[in-house]
Amino acid sequence: MLLTFWVNQTTPMSKITELLRERILILDGAMGTMIQRHSLTENDFRNEALKNHPKPLQGNNDLLSITRPDVIKSIHAEYFQAGADIVETNTFSGTTIAQEDYACEHLVYDINYLSAKLAREVADEFTAREPHKPRFVAGAMGPTNKTASLSPNVNDPGYRAITFDQLAQAYAKQASALIDGGVDILLVETIFDTLNAKAALYAIEQVFEERNMRLPIMVSGTITDASGRTLSGQTAEAFLISVGHLPLLSIGLNCALGASAMLPYLEVLSQRAPFAICAYPNAGLPNQFGEYDETPMLMGEQVEEFLKRGVINILGGCCGTTPDHIHRLAEIAKNYPPRIIPQLESA
Amino acid sequence: MKPSLQLSGLEPLYVTPESNFVNVGERTNVTGSKKFLDLIKADNYEEALSVARDQVEGGAQIIDINMDEGMIDGVAAMTRFLHLVMAEPDIARVPIMIDSSRWEIIEAGLKCVQGKCVVNSISLKGGEAEFIHQAKFIRRFGAAVVVMAFDENGQADTLQRRIDICQRSYKILTEVVGINPNDIIFDPNIFPVGTGMEEHRRNAIDFIEATRWIRQNLPGAHVSGGVSNISFSFRGNNRVREAMHSAFLYHAIQAGMDMGIVNPSMLEVYDDIPKDLLERVEDVLLDRRPDATERLLEFAETVKGAGKQKEKDDAWRHLPLKKRLEHALVKGITDFIEEDTEEARQDLGSPLSVIEGPLMDGMNVVGDLFGAGKMFLPQVVKSARVMKKAVAYLTPYLEEEKRNNPNAKAAGKVLLATVKGDVHDIGKNIVGVVMACNGFEITDLGVMIPCDKILDAAQEHQVDVIGLSGLITPSLDEMVYVAKEMERRGMKQPLLIGGATTSKAHTAVKIAPQFSGTVIHVLDASRSVPVVSSLLSDEQKAAFMAKSKAENDHIREGFLNRQAEKRFVPLEEARKRKFTLRAPAVSAPKQAGVQQFDLLLNDLEPYIDWTPFFQTWELHGKYPRILEDEIVGNEAKQLFADAQSMLQDWLKEAPVLAKAVVRIFPAQPLENDSTQLFADTHRSEPLAVLHHLRQQSEKSDGIPNLSLADFVSDNNDHLGAFCVTAGLGLEKLVAEYEKDHDDYRSIMAKALADRFAEAAAEFLHEKVRKEIWGYASNEALDNESLIGEKYQGIRPAPGYPACPEHTEKLTLFKILNVEERIGVTLTESMAMWPAASVSGWYFGHPESKYFGLGKIQKDQVADYATRKGWSLEEAEKWLGPNLGY
Repeated sequence: MLLTFWVNQTTPMSKITELLRERILILDGAMGTMIQRHSLTENDFRNEALKNHPKPLQGNNDLLSITRPDVIKSIHAEYFQAGADIVETNTFSGTTIAQEDYACEHLVYDINYLSAKLAREVADEFTAREPHKPRFVAGAMGPTNKTASLSPNVNDPGYRAITFDQLAQAYAKQASALIDGGVDILLVETIFDTLNAKAALYAIEQVFEERNMRLPIMVSGTITDASGRTLSGQTAEAFLISVGHLPLLSIGLNCALGASAMLPYLEVLSQRAPFAICAYPNAGLPNQFGEYDETPMLMGEQVEEFLKRGVINILGGCCGTTPDHIHRLAEIAKNYPPRIIPQLESA
Repeated sequence: MKPSLQLSGLEPLYVTPESNFVNVGERTNVTGSKKFLDLIKADNYEEALSVARDQVEGGAQIIDINMDEGMIDGVAAMTRFLHLVMAEPDIARVPIMIDSSRWEIIEAGLKCVQGKCVVNSISLKGGEAEFIHQAKFIRRFGAAVVVMAFDENGQADTLQRRIDICQRSYKILTEVVGINPNDIIFDPNIFPVGTGMEEHRRNAIDFIEATRWIRQNLPGAHVSGGVSNISFSFRGNNRVREAMHSAFLYHAIQAGMDMGIVNPSMLEVYDDIPKDLLERVEDVLLDRRPDATERLLEFAETVKGAGKQKEKDDAWRHLPLKKRLEHALVKGITDFIEEDTEEARQDLGSPLSVIEGPLMDGMNVVGDLFGAGKMFLPQVVKSARVMKKAVAYLTPYLEEEKRNNPNAKAAGKVLLATVKGDVHDIGKNIVGVVMACNGFEITDLGVMIPCDKILDAAQEHQVDVIGLSGLITPSLDEMVYVAKEMERRGMKQPLLIGGATTSKAHTAVKIAPQFSGTVIHVLDASRSVPVVSSLLSDEQKAAFMAKSKAENDHIREGFLNRQAEKRFVPLEEARKRKFTLRAPAVSAPKQAGVQQFDLLLNDLEPYIDWTPFFQTWELHGKYPRILEDEIVGNEAKQLFADAQSMLQDWLKEAPVLAKAVVRIFPAQPLENDSTQLFADTHRSEPLAVLHHLRQQSEKSDGIPNLSLADFVSDNNDHLGAFCVTAGLGLEKLVAEYEKDHDDYRSIMAKALADRFAEAAAEFLHEKVRKEIWGYASNEALDNESLIGEKYQGIRPAPGYPACPEHTEKLTLFKILNVEERIGVTLTESMAMWPAASVSGWYFGHPESKYFGLGKIQKDQVADYATRKGWSLEEAEKWLGPNLGY
């Protein structure tokens, strides 16, 4: 009876699942922080086709995969250089829903396809150079800027700015384009509303079924406040149960809290989840000037605590982290074995 | 990992063999509850919600929701009701059972709920194809499912039919669809007993036996059922029905039924059922005698009664008025808000006093709880709704007051916007609602609003206050820009700053200085109202603005001296939490005396870390990749060529000299975070004491409060000191360049000398590890590994994060005779001259590591002053950046 209900759904054992048993894998760090270093201007976010785009585009970082692929590729390369095994595509806001604010819905396919392709190229270069350390690309699927479980209008708690079907449709488009671009993994991340994530997972499953294929899926939630809950109010355990019906590659947490505050919730997930555990915290909390100022050393110290407790399989950084942080994390992770991924006992 | 049925609302629910019977609330079911049906038909969803809340408060662990009624648009009603339930955290904390016989309603319901639901139900009634299709959909949604014992031939009404259908369903679900067996819940049909019909006599027994069979033969699967059916023929006699439910459950649970739809207020405690009643009830349930039904019916006539009274926690209704309002706001209960608000209005005499008094007090409590992580957003939104209701109730009175007092100033106009580049608006919307509740006229421009548009709108609408919101960090800069523009335009409106990344400090330090008007950071929605009220009140305005300004000034001044508040432990406690070395000390030094070197630049060159060199020129990227960088690559290449050319000159002509001095001393840890160095290997001649500092911020269990003192073993350990310079002669060289106004070469020379000094430190450290101290004589690291600090041991310098107090350099310079030996001096602020110099301590222990001291407390500063023979003021001066008080 062992896992029969999953075995017939999983892909053949992929390289990455093999590696996860051997060591802790390293995910990359922040994209936004690195983009800031390039001091880009509005012009960098426009190409010929967007010359007369009516809305300001600066800040729509996903567009850079189209307008400044050189910048995005160099960032991926820096993270691989720093020791990352997996980089995330530059597609955090690559849904028609998130792009609506910039009136860029029509660019969603290109954003995802090109972002995946760029990351793929860089990953393949590194893998060719260092065949003993294959590099992977995770297609990043952000939470969008709307919540399916909360009403933005307090006068009407029954109102929803977005429906499950709208989300699922948008995510299906994103997932298809990411797969076309050649990603190895799909990563549903920074989940503050589990219903949004469920729509993403639903869409992904649909795309897999249509194409008669599968890729590993990573899921990463965000605990937003001191009460230990997601923005939509779920505890870490409830979150795990709500998305644990699929044979995930990993579940974990990212963003929001600094590393040390994340630990208790990672332990909960580690005890309960029959998947790999992935954590990519911020470089601390933003200071009063909105900067993340936790140094690689300090973050490393805190993250080392995760490793000592043996709750980690995949480790990386979110807001404010840089290749220096990732380098430090990679160095530390070498000294620790990965968490042993528990199997379900037979029923 | 033990398998179990796992469900979730906002919180988890595990159904394991060890857990008790899971009670599913049944009152939010239009087919079972006339009251609920009437409420839904009358569109009274608010009251319908309180039915759900009553059930959860009454102990339901899952709530069943059913909207199957011909007169209701089931999809719309299910969607609307679930959306409302999701906004009520005290209801939404439990998992939802979506109950419908119509597939489109189930589908619509699943799309509304973030948690893992139970679908109630599917069956083989419509054939295998439909069954598989529905089950697949449920699996993709990640729901558990109730499977009725029903097939193409109808409902199972015998034990054997129940077994056959459940077995067939289980096989299809686990083998064809791939559903986790733990997610399968069978409902083997609870039919009434005591109907007087012969074929119904075994209804209870067959259910119980089918349950036993399922639990023994279908691993993982659970059993549930609608319990009230069993007593259907005793409608009107709650005493008997309650007893029947309890007795039936008692036996069914023993057989393995672990879940059920039960009205908890329709249950008697099994042991409390009178013996005579219990006997007759069990006779019927367990079919123990042919006349069982008649006997129970006869007996039933004598025990007719009201049954158990509903119990709900209404104790808070007895609290004083102010507390009642607070309770309603905190709990988000609207049931009594109008009557309580009316009572407050009569007590206080004016509707405005009710808002500004008890209602705002209650909202402040909400704000505090939210800030402390004891409430979360959905609850706060609910609280705002109660507030809105109260204010709506008071509005006619407010208007009447206005009519009676036409000179009263109209409530102010407030403009709200999320700044350019930011799309987050939840918090802003809440602020808007709460302020609108309080009678302010709100103009909300939305998200991603460029500065000009905000300020144009403010001037066009002649608003009294402008509120800016932002969640992401770059928004902070945009807010600074808006403040600047307001100043440029000569605007006078107060500017309110809010949003998750904003802070009092950022507002005071960065935004307020840009604008001569009033700038106030507003923590959350509940605080926005008193702030705006004060700003617009003729009496309070001047004083409030002055107070805000003073507060900003105070924060700004204070900011330079201290940063975010952290929690600290007393020094004594921190010392108890010291880091304990596990391994013994490394070996004694191979070369014990002081050593001095003239270093050749040629030897140092391979040790240069070029990355910081490019950083000096604000070219960011790792060497050597930066040379190929698509953006800065060309510039980096040019710069690197110039640097190489200067470097080659230096290697040939040696205009700049590099020197080093080093010694490894016998060392012994002292109490009080100090380290004693000895001049001789017998440790008989004390030479100097190094004074270290210790981290004092509060740490989690098991994480030490570090001090460099911890890295010296108390058993025959050593500690090194060194100083290197690569700046001898640099001054003269730079002076020549500057005479030619050649800033480029001047900076280049300094940057190059810095690189050589760091390279010298790296070179020397390696020499120390391999030869002088010699604890790592087999080390073989390339330059990249050296830069990555892959070696054993550390070399922190006074002024580093681990030891930020600079005057310790005096000790270092004294014991090495640095000035005399290699010509490096210290300025009065402890800077080394020439600047291209590096000094520090060597710790050889494998567990030593770099860390940051962070802020420290007065007790440690006083202790440090004593150790250094200083006054407290002197210690505070040198430790200024680290003072955490």
